[in-house]
Amino acid sequence: MSFINLKDKIVQVKIVYYGPGRCGKTTNLEYINRTYRKQIVSEMVSLKTHGDRTLFFDFLPFDMGQIKGYDIKIQLYTVPGQVKYNATRKLVLRGVDGIVFVADAMEKQREKNIRSLNQLHENLQSYKESIFNIPLVMQYNKVDLKEHGIPILPTSILEKDLNSRLKVPYFEASAITGYNVAATLKKIISSSVISIQKKLL
Amino acid sequence: MNYGIVSQEQLEQIDGVLSEKLIKLGVDCVIIIDMAGNIITAKDNGESKYDVYSFAALAAGNFATVDAMAKLVGEQEFSLLFHKGQESNIHFSKIDDELLLISMFGRDISLGFLRLNVVDVIEKIRVIWGNQ
Ligand SMILES: Nc1nc2c(ncn2[C@@H]2O[C@H](COP(=O)(O)OP(=O)(O)OP(=O)(O)O)[C@@H](O)[C@H]2O)c(=O)[nH]1
Ligand SMILES: [Mg+2]
Repeated sequence: MSFINLKDKIVQVKIVYYGPGRCGKTTNLEYINRTYRKQIVSEMVSLKTHGDRTLFFDFLPFDMGQIKGYDIKIQLYTVPGQVKYNATRKLVLRGVDGIVFVADAMEKQREKNIRSLNQLHENLQSYKESIFNIPLVMQYNKVDLKEHGIPILPTSILEKDLNSRLKVPYFEASAITGYNVAATLKKIISSSVISIQKKLL
Repeated sequence: MNYGIVSQEQLEQIDGVLSEKLIKLGVDCVIIIDMAGNIITAKDNGESKYDVYSFAALAAGNFATVDAMAKLVGEQEFSLLFHKGQESNIHFSKIDDELLLISMFGRDISLGFLRLNVVDVIEKIRVIWGNQ
């Protein structure tokens, strides 16, 4: 749940990048951090292992400017994707307003995407949230690998595996080149803000 | 408790209590956050330059981790969470299931004295929150 400060007119919105290990969640935030320096007030915080895997979360505060006189402060988080870290993944989801599910488009990751999405569903239930109600955007990441001859799942398959019941907006993306990273971010911010406005009215 | 939205009046009262009961005693900085890592309010002595947003995210994670560890060993909670440094210390206190009060203070205040005041502050905040 977002926090709204009526005195200083600030709305804080928590957005979490979720997905299987090594799908590119941290790379999304790193790209945003490099590309939107003006809107980022402080350093990106990364709690990671020596091998650069996320251990707890990455955190990046992002200033959206004003909507209807309110300052919108977006707090971007990633979860650790490795299977063994579900306890910490759950902690990061607490109070989430919007989720980007980053799927790894590499063919060999097909099962892992599905398992990760199912676990997201369970984890949200433990907070009495529903994956069917929360603002959610799908990102099919690493599409750049196709050019390097690495087998990639067609978007139609990813849609069928992950999005046939949810029917949320989706983007093919490459976090490493930045392709559709901003589009994904804009979409989840607007869905989250709209959903918060609805709760307020 | 109407967590999620706090009125201007409530926040001003809470800020008043924090200033009166903690900042005036020499506490460098006080932050109230929720368990999701959002900042409810932050007060400082005008000198401290903390990045409060990152701090809130880390503090919520830290508290949540310790809380989860408590559950694993069969404790309700570890009621005292305190980090001691050379020059500065951090004290965490739970206001209720959703809110945390975090105080940062230097060498000139004792932990016991701080805790007494924090207990008092938390009681006052609960009353303010209840009055709506
Ligand atoms: N080719 C390609 N590689 C990518 C892309 N996005 C991420 N990678 C690479 O995939 C690896 C893992 O990326 P991370 O961003 O650390 O993955 P993560 O999802 O944060 O992983 P965990 O923290 O373990 O959950 C890195 O070597 C990245 O450079 C992409 O769009 N294309
Ligand atoms: Mg990561």
